Amino acid sequence: MELKELYQEIILDHGKNPRNKGKCDGYTNDAKAHNPLCGDKIHIYLKLNNEKIIEDLSFEGEGCAISLASASILTELTKGKDLSFTKKISDDFLNMIKNKTTITLNSLTEDQMTTISSLSGVQEFPMRVKCATMAWHTLLSAVEKK
Amino acid sequence: MDIKNIKNEFPIFTQKINGKSLIYLDSANSSQKPKTVIDRISNFYETEYSNVGRSVHTLAVKATNRFEATRDLVKKYMNAAHREEIIFTKGATEAINLVASSYGKKYINKGDEILITELEHHSNYVPWHFIRSEKGAVIKFAPVNENGDVEIDEIKKLISNKTKIIAITHISNVTGAVLPIKQIVDLAKEKNIPVLIDGTQGAPHSHIDMQNIGCDFYAVSCHKMYGPNGLGILYAKKKWLDDLPPYQGGGGMINEVKKDDITFAESPTKFEPGTMQTAEVVSFAESINFIEKLGIKNIASHENEVLEYGLETLRRNNSINIIGNPKSRGSVLCFTIKDIHPHDIATILDDDGVAIRAGHHCCQILHEKLGISATARASIGVYNDKDDIDKLSEAIKKCQKVFQS
Repeated sequence: MELKELYQEIILDHGKNPRNKGKCDGYTNDAKAHNPLCGDKIHIYLKLNNEKIIEDLSFEGEGCAISLASASILTELTKGKDLSFTKKISDDFLNMIKNKTTITLNSLTEDQMTTISSLSGVQEFPMRVKCATMAWHTLLSAVEKK
Repeated sequence: MDIKNIKNEFPIFTQKINGKSLIYLDSANSSQKPKTVIDRISNFYETEYSNVGRSVHTLAVKATNRFEATRDLVKKYMNAAHREEIIFTKGATEAINLVASSYGKKYINKGDEILITELEHHSNYVPWHFIRSEKGAVIKFAPVNENGDVEIDEIKKLISNKTKIIAITHISNVTGAVLPIKQIVDLAKEKNIPVLIDGTQGAPHSHIDMQNIGCDFYAVSCHKMYGPNGLGILYAKKKWLDDLPPYQGGGGMINEVKKDDITFAESPTKFEPGTMQTAEVVSFAESINFIEKLGIKNIASHENEVLEYGLETLRRNNSINIIGNPKSRGSVLCFTIKDIHPHDIATILDDDGVAIRAGHHCCQILHEKLGISATARASIGVYNDKDDIDKLSEAIKKCQKVFQS
C-alpha cells in the first residue's frame, strides 16, 4: 500500500477545504458521534422534505484529513438525493471500507465514482477505518431519527 | 554493554518497516524488549515452566523459587523495606484499581475528597471515579499551568481535612513534566494523607527509591521497562497491605475457606489471586538486570540528551508547536503541526519507518485544558539516538510536503 494511495489529491483537497461545513438552516434531523481513540468529532445536520429528499445537508466537526474528507464527500454525494439512495450509497461505502467490496450503485457518474472510491485506500489501515466511516454511520443515524 | 550500540541488543531493530529502518519513538506507549528478556521467556517455557505456589513437584518448586527471586530483585531495585510490599499485577492500571478499590472501600466515604491532577492518565482517574460514584466522594483536580507543570502550591491549596488520598503521576505522558513527588509526599505526611504515585512513565526513566520517596503506593508498568507485556507492579507500604481488604477473590489468596467464613492469606499472596503471570514475572528479572547493567542514571542522561536534541531540532521548524515547557521533562515530546492532524502525521511518518503515537494519549482532561483534541507524541527509550531524531525531522518535512501539494 503506497502512502499516496491513502492521501490522494481528492482527499487532501476535501480535507483542506471541506464542502458544506456548518449548520444548515431549518434542519429536521441531526446526529453526532465522536471517536474516543483520537477525539475526532462530527455533527451532521440534514433537512428532509415531505418527499423524503435531503434538501440540505451539512456537518460540523474536527478531525484528520481522512475524516474531514469523508464527511465532505458524503455531503456532496447525498445532498438533493432521496433516502433510499442515501442508505444504498452509505451501505456501499461502509462495505467498501470494511469488506473491501466495490461500489455497486450504478447511478453514479464517473466523477462521483472516482470521488467515493478515493477513500478505499483506508481498507489497508485498520486504525484509520473509523476515521473514514464515522461520518457515514452518523448520517445513517441522522436519517433514522424521526 | 554500551548505550551507543544498545540497539543491537533488541532483535526488533533488525527488520525493515515499509522498507526502512525502524525508528521507534513510542516507548512511552510500550518499550521494545532486549533479547535477554525474550530468550528468558522461551527458555522458561522450554525448561522450567509450572504454575507457582501450589504443587510440590520439582518444576513447581523451581518456578516458585524463580518467581519469588524476582520479587526479591524488584524489592531491592525499588528499595522497598520488605519483600511483601511488592505485588505483581496485570499492569499499572490494575495496580491503581487495586488501591482505589481496596483503600476506597475502607476509607473513603460520602463527601471525602480524592486529590488528583489535570495531568493524570485515565488509569489514574477512572478508578477513582468508580469510588466517587459508589461512595459519593469528590475528586479535586490540581490544575496544570501553561508550561504543563503542576505546582506544589496548587496541591497545597486543594488539601483539606476531607482529603483522603493524593494520587499523582510521577511523569506526565503528555507534557513530560516531572512532578516533585518527594515534596508532595512530605507535604501529605504533615497532614497524614497517603499518596499514590502513578509511576508508569517515571519508573522507566528514573531511580525509584521507595524508602527515600516515602510514598504509600507506587504503580509500575513492566512493559514500559523493557519487560514483558501483561505485567505490572504495585509497591505498597506493608501497613496498608496488612490493613486493606483484598481486591479480587480466587485461588491462592485465601487462608481458610468455610461455608460461613473465609480468612485471607497474608500479603503479597492476599493480593495475587489466581494463576499469576509466571513467565512474565520470571523474565522481568532480566529487564531489571538489563537496566542495572547500564545503570538507570546513565539511561536517563542518555535519554535526556536525545530529548534535548529533539526539542532543539523540532523548535527549528516554525510550523511545529511543542506541547509544554516543564521545568524538568521526562522522555516525552508531544507536538502539533500547523494544519495537519496528528493522526495524519502518524500515518505519514510510519511510511518512513518512524513510529510515533497520535491521539489524546488517554488524557482527555489535559487535552481539553490545552484546547486541542489530539497531539502527536515522540517518546524516547534507551535505544534512541540523535540519528533517530534527524529521521523524525526529515519525515515531518515530508509530511508537510504531502499537505502542501
